[in-house]
Amino acid sequence: MPLQSLDIAARSATTLPSPGIRRTEEVAKLIDISKCIGCKACQAACMEWNDLRDEVGFNFGSYQNPADLTPASWTLMRFYEVEPAGHLEWLIRKDGCMHCAEPGCLEACPSPGAIVKYSNGIVDFVEENCIGCGYCITGCPFNIPRISKQDDKAYKCTLCSDRVAVGLEPACIKACPTQALVFGSKEAMREHAADRVAELQERGFKNAGIYDPAGVGGTHVIYVLQHADQPELYELPKDPKISPVVKLWKGITKPLAMLALGASVLVGFLHYVDVGPNEVKHEKKASDRRDRT
Amino acid sequence: MSSEEETIVRYDASERINHWIVAITFFLSSLSGLALFHPSLFFLTNLFGGGPWTRILHPWTGIVMVVAFVLMAKWMWRDNYLNDNDRRWLSQISDVIGNREEHLPPAGRYNAGQKILFWVLVASLALLLLSGIVMWYAYFALYFPLWVRQSAAAIHALAAFVLVEGIIVHIYASIWVKGSIHAMVGGKVTPAWARQHHPEWYREISEGKA
Ligand code: HEM
Ligand code: SF4
Ligand code: SF4
Repeated sequence: MPLQSLDIAARSATTLPSPGIRRTEEVAKLIDISKCIGCKACQAACMEWNDLRDEVGFNFGSYQNPADLTPASWTLMRFYEVEPAGHLEWLIRKDGCMHCAEPGCLEACPSPGAIVKYSNGIVDFVEENCIGCGYCITGCPFNIPRISKQDDKAYKCTLCSDRVAVGLEPACIKACPTQALVFGSKEAMREHAADRVAELQERGFKNAGIYDPAGVGGTHVIYVLQHADQPELYELPKDPKISPVVKLWKGITKPLAMLALGASVLVGFLHYVDVGPNEVKHEKKASDRRDRT
Repeated sequence: MSSEEETIVRYDASERINHWIVAITFFLSSLSGLALFHPSLFFLTNLFGGGPWTRILHPWTGIVMVVAFVLMAKWMWRDNYLNDNDRRWLSQISDVIGNREEHLPPAGRYNAGQKILFWVLVASLALLLLSGIVMWYAYFALYFPLWVRQSAAAIHALAAFVLVEGIIVHIYASIWVKGSIHAMVGGKVTPAWARQHHPEWYREISEGKA
């Protein structure tokens, strides 16, 4: 079966290793916000490659359209008008799945193989195995997955896993006219991002920096931010990580609870064997039929 | 068969039916819930027609269980207040486990263990209902902030664990104490059974009868 994936690094609700002897290079998409002009070519390319047509939305007084990520809009240009240094700045961020190295969605998902992480870092939803419970939404620190009302399946950016698997770059990368979007190995993208940050700092953006949050083990979509000290300006969490509550819900407590349930049944059985059934004692005495004599 | 006649009605027909509706919906809810609780139990989804059906059915069987339990709790409520005898009963738990019932202070209609189980069920079902609604993505979850949904998931799993543990004890006790299952199926017990396991209750009903 040479066409199957042999590079699965992690699989939801699976306690044993998945086929993983094949190692692929870790990839990353770099989104350089300082270069983005908000043309939405990436949004259109995403629709086109993935063959998705979202419902026509409404204008809520911003170029942002649709208003939010949806099951059929896996990437979205978000527009922010902010004044971090006393003068107006128009920040435009391409939102979508971050492809976390430690994905909260995968941690939370109860359905075996509904979410997989490949060794190249891409986190993919396998809708065929999805049961529509929404746990991935509960687990994701970036508010990314969306469940479709049509089929009750969860959807999000695939980082064009189908294209990347055959050596192509994601569709959004291909469409970007300013090279605000770049794709390559994670290492190369970090180097490229560092160069860009140095340039920006030279140009006066003292706090320019890379957004590749360590709290989720790093991500396979990384940003160059003009104001890396204030990711909130871009509605990005400052220190994203899998919530401790989710860890408590999904962590070691689960196998311990399973052990306790099994142990209770066993203790009950042993108790029965030990002390015997609790029968009506007077009744026994009164009963002559059950006496052996 | 017992030598004594089963003359005492412990549960009338509507009470018995009520109890078994709670029991059946408990099994449906716990098996469908546990299917999502740990990967090793995901195979239980097969009992419900696959993963999506399990996800769809679970909250509804849970709600039926809660409704049936509320009806049951209404007629059991007052019988489950703990009294001094119950506190002594609990302090002598080693006699309970060692099957030395004759040393125990007399139990009423329910003994202290049954009463505590009752309150554990009340508390865990209340938590399951509230947290379950918050977790219900098809209708309600997105009205709540993320941290509330995350807490609800943890609380639901914990309350489910407590409930299932409680019911394991309950089922074991009913197997251990002979005649209990019979009381919940046919409804009647012998005077000897009542005298031995629930002396206070026996005294009350025989005085009432006299
Ligand atoms: C009171 C009404 C209840 C409601 C509304 C409810 C709702 C839910 C929901 C929405 C889920 C997520 C999966 C899904 O969408 O189906 C869930 C999971 C679960 N439920 Fe319930 N439930 C209820 C009662 C119960 C009861 C009585 C049990 C019995 C033990 C139970 C045990 C569980 C378990 C073990 C899980 C999996 C938790 C996990 O993934 O960690 N639930 N419930
Ligand atoms: S951003 Fe959310 S959906 Fe994407 S990999 Fe991370 S946790 Fe999963
Ligand atoms: S909605 Fe689907 S992908 Fe998300 S956690 Fe549930 S089964 Fe997994």
